[in-house]
Amino acid sequence: MRELLPLSMLGGLLGLDVVCFPQMMISRPLVGATVAGAFVGDTTTGLLVGATLELIALATLPFGASRYPEWGSAAVVGGAIAAALHAEPAGTVTVGVLATLATAWVGGWTLVKLRVWNAWLARRKRGALEHGSRGAVVGLQLAGLTSDLVRAMLLTAVAYGLIFPVARATVALWSFDEHISRAVTVGAASAVAAAAAWTIFHSARGARWYFAGGLLLGLLILAMR
Amino acid sequence: MTWVSIFIRTLAIQGSWNYETLLGNGVGFALEPALRQLPGGVRSDAFKAAMARESAYFNAHPYLTSVAIGALAKAELSGVPPERIERFRTALCGPLGSVGDRLVWAGLLPFSSLVALIAFGIGARPLAVVAIFLVMYNAGHLGLRIWGLRVGWTRGLAVAGALANPMLRNGPAYIARAAAAVAGIAIPLTVARVVGPSRLLLDGALILGAVIAFGLVRVHGRVEGWKLVLVLIALFALVSVAR
Repeated sequence: MRELLPLSMLGGLLGLDVVCFPQMMISRPLVGATVAGAFVGDTTTGLLVGATLELIALATLPFGASRYPEWGSAAVVGGAIAAALHAEPAGTVTVGVLATLATAWVGGWTLVKLRVWNAWLARRKRGALEHGSRGAVVGLQLAGLTSDLVRAMLLTAVAYGLIFPVARATVALWSFDEHISRAVTVGAASAVAAAAAWTIFHSARGARWYFAGGLLLGLLILAMR
Repeated sequence: MTWVSIFIRTLAIQGSWNYETLLGNGVGFALEPALRQLPGGVRSDAFKAAMARESAYFNAHPYLTSVAIGALAKAELSGVPPERIERFRTALCGPLGSVGDRLVWAGLLPFSSLVALIAFGIGARPLAVVAIFLVMYNAGHLGLRIWGLRVGWTRGLAVAGALANPMLRNGPAYIARAAAAVAGIAIPLTVARVVGPSRLLLDGALILGAVIAFGLVRVHGRVEGWKLVLVLIALFALVSVAR
């Protein structure tokens, strides 16, 4: 568990990126899980987890005030767990994806609580804000940023600390072949991506034909290999 | 130096996002370096009145809020009457929100992500996959923020015309079509690399994906795909451990 502190710092930074700062999408699972894998010593396993999750994340775009999973800290947890368990490959990608999805769900809930907390802080400073206090505006912004960083660090540390022993025991008892496990996991993930693509892009005229054309091309590339 | 400071602050514009004032405090925070230049500086009544005005409720897409920041800085420093600034601020929320959502969340983000997945699918190394995504996405992201600040500052309260820019008006539809085509290519290639060399397993994964996707489209809005997948994968793990 020596990796817990650096991972929680990484999870903090990536969790902060989801909403607060700087929203450069370093919090996407493709990035987060890969970097976490590199931290633990197996970038390739981290990338496999990240790519599978990226398919799922296409369905959860951060529109307005909607509730969505918090992928930043969660991808660090899942990528690191899968990479740390890579010595027993059967089940590691599946367990990494599962750990990320569970953490992302809880993370989404913590984001809602953070927004409630920010509103409470803003209410306390309402008088000062109405009088144009520079200190109140800057203070609220810094308090919000700090709270989010602490939230994401704690989430990463607690989730990794709780899930890692369960994941290790699960992988030790895993009975399906490595490739079957990956096929089931990425097959299910691809369904979310395809359904999301259909939903997101269908409003653009002709987009479904572009999707069908792209799909044919993708299958053709696979057939020619 | 003021613009660098404002730009960096716009990156943290959602730092205190909450369900009551939404982006409001962030707008005040980002504008504060510009408002310091009001006559009398930070202790003046003009500064305090402007800070109070600019920290009130505001809602828009976070990246395109830079358009509002530039225009509001110009308006405040030019001495535009407060009532006019408040009306302008309210009027900007809707357009900046809807254009940003379509252009960035439903366009640039999935497009960049899918292009990176194609790179992954054709065997690119981890660093290349991550770099392709981050460079492509942030070229658009940072470019949009810088453009927003510039156009807002240049046009001031007449900035609404800039939102009729062909890129903003037609861009989302073009990006959506491109992203749809890229999605079609990326999905099977990604599945193939994760599954590995077995043709049979690849076919099985693609069929499984197609069946579940068909079901998800049919029940659109009633079931969230990622939650369904969480349950399915958890069941699969349970079977693998228990059998």
